[in-house]
Amino acid sequence: MTQATADTGLRHEDLGRLIALMTGAEKHGPAATSTLDVLWVLYDRVLRVTPGTAEDAGRDRFLLSKGHGPMAYYAVLAAKGFFPVEWLSGFGSYDSPLGHHPDRTLVPGVEIGSGSLGHGLPLAVGSALGLRAQGLDEPAVWVLIGDAELDEGSNHEALAYAGSAGLERLHTVVIDNDSATHGWPGGIASRFEASGWSAVTVDGRDHAALWAAFTAPHPGRPHVVVARVEKK
Amino acid sequence: MDTMRERFISVTSRLLDEDPRLALVLAEISMDGFRPAQRRHPDRVVNVGIREQLLVGVGGGMALTGLRPVMHTFASFLVERPFEQVKLDFGHQGTGGVLVSASASYDWPAGGFTHMAPGDIALLDTLDGWTVHVPGHPDEAEALLRHAYAAGDDKVYVRLSEQSNAAPRPVDGPRLRTVREGRAGVVVAVGPLLDNVLAATEGLDLTVLYAATVRPFDDAALRQAVGRSVPAVVLVEPYLAGTSAAAAGAALADVPHRVLGLGVGRAELRRYGTVREHTAAHGLDPYGLRERITAFLLPAGAVG
Repeated sequence: MTQATADTGLRHEDLGRLIALMTGAEKHGPAATSTLDVLWVLYDRVLRVTPGTAEDAGRDRFLLSKGHGPMAYYAVLAAKGFFPVEWLSGFGSYDSPLGHHPDRTLVPGVEIGSGSLGHGLPLAVGSALGLRAQGLDEPAVWVLIGDAELDEGSNHEALAYAGSAGLERLHTVVIDNDSATHGWPGGIASRFEASGWSAVTVDGRDHAALWAAFTAPHPGRPHVVVARVEKK
Repeated sequence: MDTMRERFISVTSRLLDEDPRLALVLAEISMDGFRPAQRRHPDRVVNVGIREQLLVGVGGGMALTGLRPVMHTFASFLVERPFEQVKLDFGHQGTGGVLVSASASYDWPAGGFTHMAPGDIALLDTLDGWTVHVPGHPDEAEALLRHAYAAGDDKVYVRLSEQSNAAPRPVDGPRLRTVREGRAGVVVAVGPLLDNVLAATEGLDLTVLYAATVRPFDDAALRQAVGRSVPAVVLVEPYLAGTSAAAAGAALADVPHRVLGLGVGRAELRRYGTVREHTAAHGLDPYGLRERITAFLLPAGAVG
């Protein structure tokens, strides 16, 4: 049962105010905002999921794998009406469903509980396989990971397999704020391309460029968008 | 007679034909046996390669879309290596699936300790809500696999072994079945160790209960058996010794009682050899069991 289906009328320019309801200050940490523009463009213009269709088998799935710093995610979900804006001020408290890592069993619209890094991409691969096995060819599966999260070996198990299997409905966004201690010589996109993915690297603050990257055709291959943002 | 693992392949291949919700995820192990099933159901028989974190993660993703995933490899690579995936990709997500292991405890002694996982069930005991089946015969394995596949969105672990009792017992739910009744104490035999327990307790005045499902633990049956005998219990388990001691203790919380847990020892033997040799080394052959069971339940002089 979704909490709200009506258009809240909230826009991108309102997100800072919504985040402030959680952080208690207009100025918020970079971990909260590195994902903000990517999340907004996805939920505003790309993902075919609304509060009214959040339980439908045919919905697009968005899996937030990088579960820490979820304030931008909660702000976008609230702005899109998945749950009431009033929930935001309880962020992290005992009686609030909104924790510092999201829990899918507590928050409408949240597809996975995350926080431990390296679980989202394998779950997304399984979701893409599960939808295909049920003849659901339309829904897209999206997963958001961080460039430092890519350190976790489970991601490399998943991206190698997904490329080989040609999972066309699978999409990954890597938020690259250059936070991986040992870096990715040759670039993050090259890791995916070598495994058979379609890959685009864009400015993670440029909405038009993000939209173009998110909607680029990639027949027969999974697709990764590396969204570069300012260094943490 | 086929082995439990061969039965797993034949039964699961058949059920993939009948149940469109069932999906199988493999990490190379047993792939050859499932090739015909994969040809018939290429989207529901998935081999991810030698990637065990992905094995469990993919199963978790399939469960999110409503399928009933079955994940299979050797116990050490199914439960121990990707343990956090088992914990988070099912339990924390609130979804279910079926883990089916092969090569239990010391099924392959010549393979050494890297291929032994006597701690599998103790590890699962740290998590909430896993049903654990330990069949003692290929026919029991078939019945329990069918039950696990049909168990809604339950989280189920089925521990298959190369070791087997000579004959199957009826397995119709998470019940301890009374095989023998006696007045001097209760012995609980789990899965493929039943035959050794029966041989070890031959002629002794002991109750023998048999379990092919150990979680949930059948508290009521143990209390009842103890009530008709004495509150002294020996658990004989084909995995880490004492794994069910806490469950037995909880079942008997209201009764002053004694419990002895027998099973696979914690220390590495650092030996190869045969199953028979490892069974004896862990004191789980009839001779070793009789010695320890009588010492605990039948003090000197009471053995008739």
